[in-house]
Amino acid sequence: MKTKFLAATFGVLMGTTATAALAGTLDDVKNKGFVQCGVSQGLPGFSQPDSAGNWAGLDVDFCRSIASAIFNDPTKVKFTPLSAKERFTALQSGEIDVLSRNTTWTMSRDTKMGKFAGVMYYDGQGFMVRKSLGITSAKQLGGASVCTNTGTTTELNLADWFRSNKLDYKVVSFEKSEEVVKAYDAGRCDVLTTDASGLYAERLKLTKPDEHIVLPEIISKEPLGPMVRQGDDAWFNVVKWTYFALLNAEEMGVTKANAEETLAKTENPDIKRFLGKDGSFGVDIGLTNAWAFQIVKNMGNYGELFEKNIGTTSPLKISRGVNALWTKGGLQYAPPVR
Amino acid sequence: MATKSDGPLDAAPRVVWYNDPLWRGRFFQALTLLAVIAVAWTIVHNTAVNLERRNIAQGFGFLSTTAGFDVAQAAIDFPKDASYGRAILVGLVNTVIVAVSGVIFATIFGFLVGIGRLSHNFVISRLATAYVELLRNIPLLLQIFFWYFAVLGVLPAPRQSLEPIGGWVFINNRGLYLPEFHFGAFAGWGIVGGLVFGLVVSWVIRRWARIRQAETGAQFPSGWVSLGLIAGLPLALFAASGFDLSLVAPRKSTFNLAGGIQVIPELIALVLALSTYTASFIAEVVRAGILAVSHGQTEAARSLGLSHGHTLRLVVIPQAMRVIIPPLTNQYLNLTKNSSLAVAIAYPDLVSVGGIVLNQSGQAIEVIVIWMAIYLGTSVATALIMNVYNQRMAIVER
Repeated sequence: MKTKFLAATFGVLMGTTATAALAGTLDDVKNKGFVQCGVSQGLPGFSQPDSAGNWAGLDVDFCRSIASAIFNDPTKVKFTPLSAKERFTALQSGEIDVLSRNTTWTMSRDTKMGKFAGVMYYDGQGFMVRKSLGITSAKQLGGASVCTNTGTTTELNLADWFRSNKLDYKVVSFEKSEEVVKAYDAGRCDVLTTDASGLYAERLKLTKPDEHIVLPEIISKEPLGPMVRQGDDAWFNVVKWTYFALLNAEEMGVTKANAEETLAKTENPDIKRFLGKDGSFGVDIGLTNAWAFQIVKNMGNYGELFEKNIGTTSPLKISRGVNALWTKGGLQYAPPVR
Repeated sequence: MATKSDGPLDAAPRVVWYNDPLWRGRFFQALTLLAVIAVAWTIVHNTAVNLERRNIAQGFGFLSTTAGFDVAQAAIDFPKDASYGRAILVGLVNTVIVAVSGVIFATIFGFLVGIGRLSHNFVISRLATAYVELLRNIPLLLQIFFWYFAVLGVLPAPRQSLEPIGGWVFINNRGLYLPEFHFGAFAGWGIVGGLVFGLVVSWVIRRWARIRQAETGAQFPSGWVSLGLIAGLPLALFAASGFDLSLVAPRKSTFNLAGGIQVIPELIALVLALSTYTASFIAEVVRAGILAVSHGQTEAARSLGLSHGHTLRLVVIPQAMRVIIPPLTNQYLNLTKNSSLAVAIAYPDLVSVGGIVLNQSGQAIEVIVIWMAIYLGTSVATALIMNVYNQRMAIVER
C-alpha cells in the first residue's frame, strides 16, 4: 500500500509539467466566468471604490469593457487593488488576468514584464508644491525634499531630471500612494511628484486642496495603459481590440445611447463590420460577433468614459488635450476593423 | 560463536531480503530522499520553464545594471550611476544601522525596566509593570506609525526648527540635524590610536590583576585604571593637538537645512518603536533571570561578608545571565527581523530598497532569494555570537 501510494505521488509530481500554469487566459476567464482585473489602491478618476464600495474610474471601466465583450455583462469583473510594487508580480504569477492600473508603458516593462495593449491615457510627470513657498517653476526646486512612490517610473524620472538639471534633492519614497499623499500633507516633504493626472486626483485628498499648485513643467512621457502576460496572443488580442473598439466607436459616432438604433438602421459598411452585422471578426478572436456592440451598449465609447471619469464634467476637470481622437488633433488612433 | 538455537541475534530466522528490516529501512529512506529531490527539481524546473516562456530573464546579472533611482539615506557612497547590487548593499547597511542601534537601546531600556519591576519602591515597580504591559500588547506596526506621525506631527517645519543648542543642532519634521565633525589629521589619528592603545593596555592590566588576585588575594582598582586609560589617552592626545577640531553647522536654505549630518525622522521613529517594544520583552527576560537565582544564594553571599554590590556583581548577575542570554538572543533576532517593517514608513532598509529593485528590474525570484539569504545570514551570525557569549557565561562544572 505504502509503496503504491509513494509511487502514485511520484508519478503525479513528475506529471505536473511546466504547461500546467499556462492554459490560455481567455479560456480560463470564460471558464471561471469573470475577469480578474488589477487596479490601483485608490486613484480618483482612474480606479477608486465609490461610497457604495463599487469600483469606478477610467481604468475600472476598461476592465468592465473587457467583461462586456466576453460575457455581455460589465459586472463580471473582480478587482484586485495592487500597490505599484506588487503589480507586475501579480500579473506574472497569474493572480490577475489584466493589469489596468495607470501603468506607464516602457520598453523594459513591455519586453520583460508583460505586454501593453494600448494607451488609455497619455500622461506626463509633474510637480505639486505649496503655494506659500512662492515657487513658479520646477527649476527652483534645488535642495527640496520630494515625496514619491516606490517602484514607479516617476522615481526614475525624478532622479534623471534633477541630475540633468544639476539640482540637489532628497527623496522620500513610500510604497502606497496614499502614504505619499499623507506624508506630503504632514509636511514631510516640499514637493509631491507623480503623473500630472495623478497630481490633480491626489490634490482632492489633501486637507486644503486650494493651498497647493501644480507647476507647469511636464518632465516625462507617461503613456498609461492596460497590460497582459507575455506569450498569450489570444488574450492579448481580446484586450487590445477592446481598447481599439472603444476608440473606433467614438470615431464612428456610436454611443451607449444610440448603439441599438445604429445597429438596426446603419448602412455604413465600416459600422456594420464593427457592430458584427458583417464578417466574423468577433468569432475570429474567440468571442461573439456582437463583441464590440456589447462594449458600446454596456459601457459607451472612449470619449464617454473619459468625460464621465476624468473629463471636464468630473471633479478632476481634465481636458482631452493629447487624449483627443486623431481626427481632432489628438493622439488616440485605432486601426480599422477589416 | 554462540550455539543456543533460540538466541535472539545469531540465530535470526533466514528471511528474504525485502522482509529484512535493515534493507527495508534503507529502501524507504532512499525512496523518501528521491521523492524530496524530485519535488525540489520539479519546482525549480517548472519555475525556470515558466519564466522562460514569459520572457523573464533569470540569474543575478541584473545586479550590475544601473539602478537609476535615489535612496533617502545612504551610509555608504551611492553615486548616480550606482548599480542595483549597490542599492541592495545600501539597504543592508541601513538595516544593520537600525538593528545595531535598536539592540543597544532595547538592551539598556530593557535592563532598566526589568530591574525596575523588581524594585521595592512601589512607584517604580508599578511604572515598570505598566510600561511592559502597555508596550508588549500593542502591535509593533501601530507603534511605528504612532512614533512616525507623532514625530512628524509635533515637530515644526524646517524654517521654524527647534534649536536646542542655538545654531548647532536643529530639530524639525525633516529630522535631526547635527554639525559635521572635521578632526585635524593629528587629532583624528591621535584619538583612534589612543583608544586602541588604551583598550589593549587595559585588557593586559585586567588580566594581570586577576591572576595576581587569584595568587595573592591583593586587589587592584583595574576598573578605574582602564577607564582612565580608555577615556584619558584619546583626550590627552586631542588636547596635545591643540583641540584641532572644526565643526560645520547645518544652515537654513530655501527648503531644508544644508550641510551637517541629517538623521531622517523615519530612522528616529523606527529605532524608537523597535527599541521600546523589544525592551518590554527584554525586561521580562531580565526579571525572570534574576528571579531564577534562588534567594539562598544572596543570603549565603551576605553571610560570607560580601557587600550588597559585590553580591549582585559576583553572585547574582553571573547566574542570572545564564538564564537571560538564550531568550535575549531571541529578542535580538526578533528586533532584526522586525526592522523590515521599515517599509511602512519609507525608511530605506533592505526590504524597502530590495522591493524597489524587484519592481524596477522585474527579477522577483532573485530579489526574494537575496532577501532570504541576507536575513538568514544576519540572524545566524547574531545567534552564533550570542552562543559564544553564552558558552563563556555558562557555569563551568568542575
